[in-house]
Amino acid sequence: MAVTLRVNGKEQSVETEPDTPLLYVLRDDLALNGAKYGCGLGQCGACTVLVDDKPVLSCLTPLMLLEGRSITTVEGLGTVGKPGPMQQAFIEEQAAQCGYCIPGMMMRAEALVRRNPDAGDTEIRDALEANLCRCGTHSRILKAVARARDLKRGGGA
Amino acid sequence: MSIIQDAVKTAVRFVPDRWLPGASPDPLREKHGLLGAPISRVDGPLKVAGQARFAAEVPMEGLAYATLVHSTIARGHITSLDTSKAEAAPGVVLVMTHENAPRMNAPAMFMSRPDAVGASDLPVMQNRDIHWNGEPVALVLAETQEQADHAATLVKVEYESATAVTDFQAAKLAAHHPQSILGEPPLFEIGDAEKELNEAHHRVDLVFRTPRHNHNAIELHGATVRWDGDELTVHDATQMLNGTAGTLAEIFGINPDQVHVSSPYVGGGFGGKALWNHQILAAAASRLSGRPVRIVLSRESVFRIVGGRTTTEQRVALGAERNGSLRALIHTGTVAMTEHNNCPEQFTFPARHLYASKSFRLEQSVADMDMMANTFMRAPGESVGTFALECALDELAEQMELDPIELRRRIEPEKDPTSNNPFSSRYLLQCFEQGGERFGWNRRDPKPGARREGEWLVGLGCATGTYPYHRMPGGSARIRIEADGSAVVSTAVHEMGMGTATVQAQAAAARLGLPLEKVRFDYGDTSLPKGVLAGGSTQTASISAAVIAANDELVKELIRLAGNDSPLAGLGADKLEARDEGLASVDEPGRHETYASILARAGRDHLEVEAAAPPPLEMMKYSMHSTAAQFAEVRVNSVTGEVRVCRMLGSFDCGRILNAKTATSQFRGGMIMGIGLALTEETLFDPRSGRIMNPSLAEYHVPVHMDVPEIEVMWTDIPDPHAPLGARGIGEIGITGVAAAIANAVYNATGRRVRDLPITLDKLL
Amino acid sequence: MTPFQYERAATAPDAVRMASNSASAKYLGGGTNLVDLMRETIETPERLVDVSGLSRTIETRPDGSLLIGAAATNTALASDLTVRRDFPLLARAILAGASGQIRNMATVGGNILQRTRCAYFYDDAARCNKREPGAGCDALDGFNRIHAILGASPACVATHPSDMCVALVALDAVVHLEGANGTRRIPLADLHRLPEGRPDIETVLQPHELITAVEIPALSFARRSTYRKVRDRASYAFALVSVGAALDLSEDGSVRDIRLALGGVAHKPWRALKAEDALRGQPATEANFRAAAEAELTDAAPLRDNAFKVELARRTITAVLSELKGDAA
Repeated sequence: MAVTLRVNGKEQSVETEPDTPLLYVLRDDLALNGAKYGCGLGQCGACTVLVDDKPVLSCLTPLMLLEGRSITTVEGLGTVGKPGPMQQAFIEEQAAQCGYCIPGMMMRAEALVRRNPDAGDTEIRDALEANLCRCGTHSRILKAVARARDLKRGGGA
Repeated sequence: MSIIQDAVKTAVRFVPDRWLPGASPDPLREKHGLLGAPISRVDGPLKVAGQARFAAEVPMEGLAYATLVHSTIARGHITSLDTSKAEAAPGVVLVMTHENAPRMNAPAMFMSRPDAVGASDLPVMQNRDIHWNGEPVALVLAETQEQADHAATLVKVEYESATAVTDFQAAKLAAHHPQSILGEPPLFEIGDAEKELNEAHHRVDLVFRTPRHNHNAIELHGATVRWDGDELTVHDATQMLNGTAGTLAEIFGINPDQVHVSSPYVGGGFGGKALWNHQILAAAASRLSGRPVRIVLSRESVFRIVGGRTTTEQRVALGAERNGSLRALIHTGTVAMTEHNNCPEQFTFPARHLYASKSFRLEQSVADMDMMANTFMRAPGESVGTFALECALDELAEQMELDPIELRRRIEPEKDPTSNNPFSSRYLLQCFEQGGERFGWNRRDPKPGARREGEWLVGLGCATGTYPYHRMPGGSARIRIEADGSAVVSTAVHEMGMGTATVQAQAAAARLGLPLEKVRFDYGDTSLPKGVLAGGSTQTASISAAVIAANDELVKELIRLAGNDSPLAGLGADKLEARDEGLASVDEPGRHETYASILARAGRDHLEVEAAAPPPLEMMKYSMHSTAAQFAEVRVNSVTGEVRVCRMLGSFDCGRILNAKTATSQFRGGMIMGIGLALTEETLFDPRSGRIMNPSLAEYHVPVHMDVPEIEVMWTDIPDPHAPLGARGIGEIGITGVAAAIANAVYNATGRRVRDLPITLDKLL
Repeated sequence: MTPFQYERAATAPDAVRMASNSASAKYLGGGTNLVDLMRETIETPERLVDVSGLSRTIETRPDGSLLIGAAATNTALASDLTVRRDFPLLARAILAGASGQIRNMATVGGNILQRTRCAYFYDDAARCNKREPGAGCDALDGFNRIHAILGASPACVATHPSDMCVALVALDAVVHLEGANGTRRIPLADLHRLPEGRPDIETVLQPHELITAVEIPALSFARRSTYRKVRDRASYAFALVSVGAALDLSEDGSVRDIRLALGGVAHKPWRALKAEDALRGQPATEANFRAAAEAELTDAAPLRDNAFKVELARRTITAVLSELKGDAA
């Protein structure tokens, strides 16, 4: 069955079963490996992407629910050569250790900052509650999100 | 240890330092500049762009996807297998079971040979026998992961159960000494410790329990594999490239150089990204089907076929004199293990070198169980051994009405108390001194329950952390100088987030006298010179030694190439130093020539050398350990018993710190894992069935953002005279001592001693 | 996942009709529990009827009551201004549950029907009367730390994991249902069943009966309410014990009225009627709070690993009521 998705601003047509979770479509069909497979059951947050600016767990979201929706992955935030503000902040704060939880963290943070450009430290930490990190880089991630918020606001020293 | 090793150990004691290869102080020990600088991680930009390619993300034409089916009994055998429905399911390529799997040799067990890394020596899907609850009994291969997952549910297996040993309490009754504890004898004694204990003025005699744990790296174990004739390519997530290649080769009856393993990015290892059944089965299925295979374990499958830290039951008994010196240090106990692996969780190791005592009794036993082979998990032995030892020490200090730090001052040994070797470099007391001051230790009220803020009881605790210095033998490094004087340093080693790629580039640049932009460090692939595994906090030292050896060769070659027309003519290697993109005379700085110039004049467009690291004899002559003072402030809710860590400080002595940013991350990461060890993590192994009942991230609780307090780290940065670059490993020490510091803080807050982990609220109600 | 057919319903009667046409159909809200259960092959519906497009309005009515469309997301309900102001225990309960991502996807209807987290329920190699009536219950002598202390039976000791439902039950919520035989309304407190001999029958819903809305009657003192969740991690874990309460005090310091419900203790969200009865008209003192908790817990039947829940529930109830009364802890 063919499903049309709008991913990172581009229309994509995917030939797959409609019950396939978005995560596998992104990784296996669209070669967008930014969203990560950490559990497949909505328990780790590594698969977080934006659907119409809201953070969702792509491992639990079957394609059939996404017709006509707008999906943003970490690849849509910027590139290696031209990182976007969220990515720039994460580089500056050295937040990526093994790097595997990072795209999910960034997308969750992106959703927060888009909704609330003045999000404070507590809000940031609460928002990232269910994104797991095993390397223990939590404090750098929180700093990075705060920095991204500042960069997006146009300020930030 | 074998007799030969003992003899070498004795002989080495009499050899002067400067004769020991790798043991003469590294000239870069004291140099600053690039080393120690907080250089940013080289792979940051790739990772945040989602472009770092992990093992399960490598594209390949014609991939088939695999899902495993796991046994539901612990011991016995398969009586019937019905794969017909699965085979008929949409998209299924084949179903592999012991009936049709290619014939494979059993893996060579870790440490049975230098290059063997098999997690156990059980044959993989070669017969009907079941050895643990969760053992793979079938692999389904399909065109998509979804189809494989669905078809796997259609495989019907029937078993005949046999009696299984799945209850640790029962298995303990038949506990026995293992052959060795990582080369050390299972029983070590000085004097008559039980007698000394009985006669001591102060004594504690306590039992501690720790459960099973799982690494739970966020990246699931996975691999993408392909055969080209008899050549096997494995894109893996691994901490042991060469070992995986060698062991896989033997399993499939081919040569090690016919196996190519690539692993540039690993999403967390912690000891668990090793050679388990999944790579083996993927390669077998690829062989059988003629298709390249991607296997990504579900989180449940990870729990079922990747081992974790085993459970321990430990006794620590300490006897002290009135003046605070120890008369007896007894640390004994039992762990669960299988008959097919050799990971005794060396929890008695900290006691071997931390404190002076008149007598010692250190003994470890294993209880054989029918379970998934346990393995190394961040600071194996030290993580749980320091829990027991450091809690016992805290209880002793209290009994003696001594501040716990003061007690440690009184039992500080002058040399290694069990081997009698001199310490290479030890500053534990300084760690406590400086850490305690920074943490505000003197504000602690030794009376438990004295501090209360609303519903919360507040307490402070401290404990010693420690991890040994090891350098793995057998690693080589290649240095290639290009015509423009830039350098590529390469060796088959690993980056799992600890910062290897960054640190080694820094170190190479410092050693070669080059700016960082002109140095590249290549790693993560077995086509490179043979490396060492990433484990035991050894990788950095081991690579450094190999790079030093290669650099020595390089300098020799450069001198030869430079010839008589060079400003360096006539100078020997010991009179030269690397500086300003070339070599210079140590005594006459004006005599200098760049690499580019030397090569150009010799008519060469590159120069390449390769050398192996010398054996780690420094380890035999000296007692080399890193130590730490861990501090924790906790709050315990007086209504619910919930424990929250509000502040931690780790004060480390790990020799020279090579990169402040990556080191801070490693220390903090270990400490956070320590919070999990102390408060939230436990693998629930049902003793009735031998089955893990919480194989998910929802039910196995790793610390989340809210559990992570403010964590400060500091370090002595005193170079170790006998380690390359002056640096000892830092990857694992962060977790050691944390559980005890937290447990001791909980006691300070509540007056309750909890001696079995995790410290959950029900133990405090 | 087992292959299934998918249909999207535009109206409630449509949904019921689509579901009734199939041997095993399930309603799909946000999928946060159902998809998880399908991936674990605990649920294997042949047809999914997507009801996430049905009513998601949250309407405050003139009398102060709330009418919530069953397709409203958890996040929408928790952030509704009226809910936050007039029924804070509901907002807090929802925010204490799951994670932001899950709450964005999860619907109110789905939350009500979520299934237990018992490890033996999740593992199809374990004996579970809920999955397979008559098979047995491996939790009875197994890992039962998170299991029930009230209302359990030898057949099943599982708990209902929802935080939201605890608050709803405390607030006398009423569910609106639509089925093949028309519509009806029942109190949420009567929707979920105790396990008794048939733990596989979790609700009183008729086959294909659909939850269309939840109604919360006005409650004058609901503004003085809160929700406290006790769990093993600082966040992002299911409740060991949770307490939702609203307190109405007379001028003389006695309890004029009270609503009290417990989570993490039973097969259904537990309305603490005995405790409420014990407190109405009594002085609002810590001693009386504790006595009321004792009354509620008299019949508590602890298991090997969860005896602590009795004391924990006692203490948490006391602390929550004291907090609402305005005592410093």
